[in-house]
Amino acid sequence: MYAVEMQGITKQFGNVLASNNVHFCLEKGEIHALLGENGAGKTTLMRILYGLYRADAGEIFIDGQKIDVTSPKQAIQAGVGMVTQHFTLVPTLTVAENIVLGYHNKATISKVEIEASVKEASEKYGIHVDPSALVRQLSVGERQRVEILKALYRNARILIMDEPTAVLVPQEVDVLFDSLLRLVKSGLSVIFISHKLNEVMAVCDRITVLRDGHVTGTVRKEDTTQQQLANMMVGRETFGISRQGKRDTGKPIYKISNLSVTNSQGLKVLKEVSFEVHGGEILGIAGVSGNGQSELTEVLTGLLKPSGGTVMLEDKELTAAEPSEISNAGVGRTPEDRHEGSIGNLTVAENLALEDLDKFTHNGMLDQAKIAENAKKYIAEFQIKASPNDRLRTLSGGNMQKVILARALCRKPKVVIASQPTRGLDVGATEYVRKKLLSERDRGAGVLLLSEDLDEIMSLSDRIAVIYEGCIKGIIPAADATAETLGMMMAGAC
Amino acid sequence: MLKLKIERAPAPRWAVAIIPVVAFLVTFLICSILIVLANANPFSAFYNFIITPLSSKFSALEVLVKSTPLILTGMAVTFAFTSGYFNIGAEGQLYAGAIAATWVGITFTEAPSIVVIPLMILAGCVGGLLWALIPALLKVKLKVDEVVTTLLMNSIVMYFVSWLLNGPWRSPVSGWPQSAEISDAAHLMRLIPKSRLHIGFIIALVVVAIVYVLIKRTPLGLKMRATGASLTGAKFAGINTTKTMLTAALVSGAIAGLAGAVEIGGIHFHLIESISNGFGYTGIIVATLGSLNPIGATVAAMFIGLIGTGSQTVSRVLGVPVYLGDVVQNTLLLVTLAMFLLQNYRIKRV
Amino acid sequence: MDTFLVGLIAATLRVATPLIFGTLGELFCERAGILNLGIEGTMFFGAFTGFAVAANTGSVWLGLLAALLSGVAAGLLMSLFAVRLGVNQHVSGLGITLLLTALSLFGFRLIFGESQVNPSIEGFQQLSIFSNSPILGPIFNQYLLTYIAIALIPIAGWVIYKTNFGLQIRAVGENPEATDAAGLNVIRLRTLALAIGGGLMAVGGAFLSIAQLGSFTFGIIAGRGWVCIALIIFANWQPIKVLWGALLFGGVSALQLRLQGLGFKLPYELFLALPYIVTILALTIGGRNAQAPAAMLKPYQRE
Repeated sequence: MYAVEMQGITKQFGNVLASNNVHFCLEKGEIHALLGENGAGKTTLMRILYGLYRADAGEIFIDGQKIDVTSPKQAIQAGVGMVTQHFTLVPTLTVAENIVLGYHNKATISKVEIEASVKEASEKYGIHVDPSALVRQLSVGERQRVEILKALYRNARILIMDEPTAVLVPQEVDVLFDSLLRLVKSGLSVIFISHKLNEVMAVCDRITVLRDGHVTGTVRKEDTTQQQLANMMVGRETFGISRQGKRDTGKPIYKISNLSVTNSQGLKVLKEVSFEVHGGEILGIAGVSGNGQSELTEVLTGLLKPSGGTVMLEDKELTAAEPSEISNAGVGRTPEDRHEGSIGNLTVAENLALEDLDKFTHNGMLDQAKIAENAKKYIAEFQIKASPNDRLRTLSGGNMQKVILARALCRKPKVVIASQPTRGLDVGATEYVRKKLLSERDRGAGVLLLSEDLDEIMSLSDRIAVIYEGCIKGIIPAADATAETLGMMMAGAC
Repeated sequence: MLKLKIERAPAPRWAVAIIPVVAFLVTFLICSILIVLANANPFSAFYNFIITPLSSKFSALEVLVKSTPLILTGMAVTFAFTSGYFNIGAEGQLYAGAIAATWVGITFTEAPSIVVIPLMILAGCVGGLLWALIPALLKVKLKVDEVVTTLLMNSIVMYFVSWLLNGPWRSPVSGWPQSAEISDAAHLMRLIPKSRLHIGFIIALVVVAIVYVLIKRTPLGLKMRATGASLTGAKFAGINTTKTMLTAALVSGAIAGLAGAVEIGGIHFHLIESISNGFGYTGIIVATLGSLNPIGATVAAMFIGLIGTGSQTVSRVLGVPVYLGDVVQNTLLLVTLAMFLLQNYRIKRV
Repeated sequence: MDTFLVGLIAATLRVATPLIFGTLGELFCERAGILNLGIEGTMFFGAFTGFAVAANTGSVWLGLLAALLSGVAAGLLMSLFAVRLGVNQHVSGLGITLLLTALSLFGFRLIFGESQVNPSIEGFQQLSIFSNSPILGPIFNQYLLTYIAIALIPIAGWVIYKTNFGLQIRAVGENPEATDAAGLNVIRLRTLALAIGGGLMAVGGAFLSIAQLGSFTFGIIAGRGWVCIALIIFANWQPIKVLWGALLFGGVSALQLRLQGLGFKLPYELFLALPYIVTILALTIGGRNAQAPAAMLKPYQRE
C-alpha cells in the first residue's frame, strides 16, 4: 500500500494542460523527488494533492483510501502537509500562534499552553524554533523550520516540500536534509519538488520526472544518473553547457563602485558591490535566490535608491537616477519580474511606447498612428505573437518577455540589464531570449545578466561574478569556471 | 446528462453587452418588493420613473439639470480613479468649490457677468483643488492612504461650511444659516427660458470632452492609466508616478470644485449646507457604473438624474416615499458591481 | 465635586456610547482585513429599524434585537460584495452606506408618513447604580447600553487576543493566504467578522434612537460612522485604546455643548472637526498607517 497514490490526474488552465493523465505513487517512509523544469506541472500536481486546486479528472488515494480533496483542511486531516517557497505564515503572530492556527480545538487560547505544546513538538521532531518569537523577526531558514513544524504538529505523515532549497543558503540546506532524513526514519514520507539534479541525487530515494504536464518516468536513485535524469527532464540529448570560447571584449563602459543598499528593516542587503561591464561582453551574476539580486536589479533600473556607492555609464553618473534618466543615458532595462515591470491592462502598443513618450507626442497629443506603427515594427522584429491592440496580460510569458525586451533594446542601448530573463519561459522562448542577448553583445553592448540558472550563466557569460549575501564573492573568466567552483562560491565557501 | 461548470474566463461578448439590461431588470425585481410594500404597482412606478420624466419638456430638462452636478463629480472621480488615486473626497471638494465661488459672487457685486462668471468658475476649481491638495500630498509624499483622509476631509469642510453660515456669512436679511445672495450678474445664463437648465450643463459636457481627450489621447492620460494599472510597472517604464498621481488628484479636486461653483451659480445663488445631496458620493457610483469611461459615466449620470426626477413623479402620483429613487439608484450600483465581476466567468458544458 | 464636572463626565459617557459600539464593530471588520465604509449607513439603518420595531411593538427590547439583526444583515451584505465577490472595498462600503441610508429614509416615510411632528417613543430608562452617592450617582445614571458598551471593551480585547476565533481573525486580516493554507475558511471568517461588526454598529445607531433620543431624525447619525473610522486609526486597532479615543471625543463634544450652554461664544464646529483633524495628523506623523492590518483593502481570491 502506498502513502499516496494519484491516478490519471488531469488539470487544464485555459488552453494549457498543466497535468496530463499523471500517475504518481509515494511509498511510505521514502523521500520521493518530483523533478522537472519550470512549468512542467510539479507544483500543480502537488497543489491538487493539497486541495488548493481541483483536478478535472483523476483519483487520489491516501493510505489506500480514496479521498476527494477539496480544501487544504481535508488534506491536513488526511495527513498531508505542504511547505511552499512562499511561506504561509502570518508575520505579526508568534511562532506558536502560527503553528496552532487552524489546529486548535479549544475556544480560548492560552499563550503559555500553546508555547509549551509547540516546544514539546519542537523537541520531539528535533526541529528547533523559539515558540514565543514573532515570525517577522525570523530569518528565511527559521521560517521554513516553522513551516515544517507546523505541518508535523498537524500530524502530517506526508510532507510536500516545494523547492525548499531555493530560498536557503547551503548550510541551511544541509540542516534541512539532515532533518528530512531523520524524519523519514521515524515514518514520514516526503515529496520533494525540485529542478536541481544534484540535490535530488543527494537526498531522494526515488525520482519521478515530469515534462510538459506528463510523467516521463519514475526511477530509483541507484538505477539512474544525473545525465539520464536531465534527458528525461528536457527530452533532448544536448542538455548541458555549450561554453563560450575565449573572446575579445571592448573597454569597460559600465562601472559599479561600492554600491550599498539598506532595506526598510535597516538591514544591509547589498554591501559595497563593485564590478565593471565591458562593451561586447556578457557579465553573468550567479547566486542562490535572495542574495541581493533583486535589490541590485532595482537599484540599477532606478526603482530603488542606493545608500552608498556610485554607478557610472562611461562618463555619466547614474547613481540614484530616475528610471527615465537611466534609459535615456543608454541603459536597456528589463525587470526581474516581468509582470511587475510591465502593465498588463495596457495594450502591447502602449507598453512599447511608454518608455519614450516624447517621441510619440505630437502637439501635446499622443500620435496614435506612430504608436501603432512602432508596435507593428517590433512585433515583426521580435516575432511577438500578438497584435498591437491586445492587452499585455493576455500574452504568454514568452511573448510578454519579448515585448519587454523590445522596449529595452529598441534604442540600441550601450548596456543591457537582463534580470532573470528566462524565468518561467518555455524552451523556445528561452532560446530566443538568449540569442537576443548574444546578438546585443555582438553589437557591442555590455550585457549584465543576473540569473539563478547556473547553466544559463555558464553558457552565455564571458565573465562570471557570484553574489552571496549581498557581496560579490569574486569575478572569474567563464573559461576558468566550473560548476564546482561556482557552486562553492555561491555557497559562500570561499 | 448535460453537465455545466463555471470557470474563470472572460464571458462571451454578447453576455457583457447585455449586462446593463440584466442589471436593470434585477434592480427592478428587487425594488418591486419595496414598491409592493408601499401599496403601489411596480410597473406603473417604473413607468413614472423612466418614461414620465421624458414625456414633458419641462421634466426632461429637469433631468439634465439634476444630472449636471453628477456628470461633474462623475468626471472628477473617473479622473482620479483612472490614475489609481481613490478620491472619496469629491463631496468635500465640491463644498470647497462652492465656498470659493460664493465668495466671488458676494464680493465682486459690481462686476459684469463676463468677468464675474469666469472668475466664479475659476474660484470653484481652485477651491476644490486646494481642498484636494492635503490628502494628495500626504498620499504621494508620505504614502498615507487617501481613502480615509479624503473621506475625513469631507466631514471637516462640512463643519467649516456650518461655521461660515452660522457665523461670518450668516445672512443678515433672513438670519437663516445661509450666505448672502450672489449678484445677479453672477447667475449662470439660462439655456432655455423658463426652465432651470443653465449653461452649467454645457460646461459639464465640455468637461466630459476634455476629460475624455486627456485620458484617452494625451501622454498624461496614458501615464495616468499606466500608474493606475500598475504602480511598479509605470515606475519601471520611467513614468514619474508621483507627479502623475498628484496631477490627477488635483485635477479631480478642481472638477469637483467646479461642480460646487456650478450649483451655486446655476441653482442656489447662495451657500447653504444642503447644496449637495451627496453628489460627491454619487459621483463614485456614476464613475463605477460607467467603468471609468467618461462617456459611460455621463450616460450613468443622466440615468441617475432621470431616476432622481422620476422619484418625485412617483412620489406625487403613487404616494410612494420619494426616497425610493435613492434606493433604486443604489441598488442599481450594487447589482452592476456584482455583474461586472460576473463577466469574468463563463458557464461551460463539460 | 461640582455639578459641572459630574454632568460633564456623565455626558461624556453618553456621547461615547454609540462611538464605542461603532468603533468596536469596525475593529472586527478591519482586523479581518475589511475596511467597512458601510458603517455610517449601518448605524443609520440600526437607528431606524430599532426605532421602527420599538414603536410598532411597544418593546424597546424587540427594537434592540431588530437593530442587532439588521446590522448583522448589513454586515452580510457587505461580505457578499467585499468578500465573496471581491469588489473594491471602498466602493462597496460606500454603496452600502448609500443604500441603507436610502432604505431607512424610505422605510421611515412608509411607516410613519410625512407628519410634521417627529414620532417619539418611550425609550430605555436610565439605570442608576450608586443612587445614594452624590458624585457617582449622577455619573452612573446611564442607559443599560452604555454599561454594555464599556463592558464590551475588555470583552472585545479578550475575544481578539485570547480566543481561537480572535487569533483566526487577526491572521486573516494580516495574511489570508496563510490562513487559507492553515485549513481555515477565509470567506467564512471574514463574513463572520463583518456580521459581528455590523451588529455592533447597528446597536450603536439604535442607542441614539431608542435610548438617548427616543425618536428618529434624518440627521441622527450625522457622520458618527466616519468618526469611528477616524477613532480606530487613533486607537491603533486595539480595543482598549478605543475606549480612550471614544472618551476623549465624547469629552470634547460634551464640553463644547456645556460651554455653549453656559453662554460662551465658541466655534463649536472646530471642536467637532477636531477628531478628523487629529486623525489626519496621526496618520501623517504616526508611522503612516503601519499598524493597520496588512491585508486590508485587498480582496482575497485563491490562485
